[in-house]
Amino acid sequence: MENLFNIFVKSIFIDNMIFAYFLGMCSYLAVSKTVKTSVGLGIAVIFVLGITVPVNYLIENYLLKEGALSWLGPNFADVNLSFLSFIMFIAVIASMVQLVEMVVEKFSPALYSSLGIFLPLIAVNCAILGGSLFMQERQYNSIAEATSFGLGSGVGWFLAIVGIAAIREKIRYSNVPAPLRGLGITFIITGLMGIAFMSFMGIKL
Amino acid sequence: MSDKEPLFSSRNLKLLRDPMGANNPITVQVLGICSALAVTVKLKPSIVMALSVIAVTAFSNVIISLIRNYIPPRIRIIVQLTVIAAMVILVDQILKAFAYDVSKQLSVFVGLIITNCIIMGRLEAFAMGNRPWPSFLDGIGNGAGYGVILIIVAFFRELLGSGTVYGYPIVEKLGIENFGYVNNGLMILPPMALITVGIIIWIQRGRNEELIDVS
Repeated sequence: MENLFNIFVKSIFIDNMIFAYFLGMCSYLAVSKTVKTSVGLGIAVIFVLGITVPVNYLIENYLLKEGALSWLGPNFADVNLSFLSFIMFIAVIASMVQLVEMVVEKFSPALYSSLGIFLPLIAVNCAILGGSLFMQERQYNSIAEATSFGLGSGVGWFLAIVGIAAIREKIRYSNVPAPLRGLGITFIITGLMGIAFMSFMGIKL
Repeated sequence: MSDKEPLFSSRNLKLLRDPMGANNPITVQVLGICSALAVTVKLKPSIVMALSVIAVTAFSNVIISLIRNYIPPRIRIIVQLTVIAAMVILVDQILKAFAYDVSKQLSVFVGLIITNCIIMGRLEAFAMGNRPWPSFLDGIGNGAGYGVILIIVAFFRELLGSGTVYGYPIVEKLGIENFGYVNNGLMILPPMALITVGIIIWIQRGRNEELIDVS
């Protein structure tokens, strides 16, 4: 249990998707103009990451990895399909996003209309695929660890986008040099936030 | 496009040139930042990354452009993703075979080319409506525009952060260290990539007033 909590906290603060790996920057920059929309997108990302990382964990360990197919019989014991992982992961993500979209539309039309275009956009959000690829690279031991990693990364991404959106709402009132307005200043603020988040690096978990 | 148009007509050259400057995918269109910044600590992985992205953009543009009239619009996203993923798998396998240490350094970021918004963006915006040859040039141009920014960022981060250029210890050879020059360790850390790009945007928009964000 302690281990799971450690992975959760680590993926929120120390290995933050945005500040440590720059994943999901495209939608992070495009959608962070107001706090309200960024909260919606952030929740959707937590949701999708929390589902796709464990699903991809199962696929990785029972289909793709070397020896993963041994449950089919001894003939399959040394089949290694890991070169297919990109295409499998992206297929899972695209279909999960589609599924999530349909479920949300059915059960919570209000949330659906407020998320709008962002839900389908999540399919091409680098943070989602990045989550699955990091899960593959770090070789978590159980599905619970993979799930807490997925949720933690999602929460970290959520914190980052809500933070930058709040700052951008305020910065509209300040006198930024004209060429730096909009994109430029957002980059620099993200960099400064990243430096602030680096102070978590010393924490040993 | 008339059939007699030369391969490198001025319109085609414009496709190649525009993304390098006024329509740069990173600094102007804000696409593909995701996988770009983390690989820019050293020049070598950045150059490999830039070449991979150029290859993937160009060839997936050509493939999509060839089959554009047969793709049902409802499922086009998944078709595009499949084509891109196949190209990225090829690149990944080639890198693993011929440049194993670089592919280890790039780790997950080769895979993340799949979700690089530049590629999706170009497929949607250009390849779905144009012939293969212009699409190919557009892919090369946009990949190169991305690569240029990557290489500029990597050059400064490596020079200021580690004191080397493409692994060559230039600061040590020049002997500036004797006068109290110290490498700035902060440049190697991830946040400085963002700030470097921010400064590049600042310089570019300062020189080209049209790009200034009015909102």
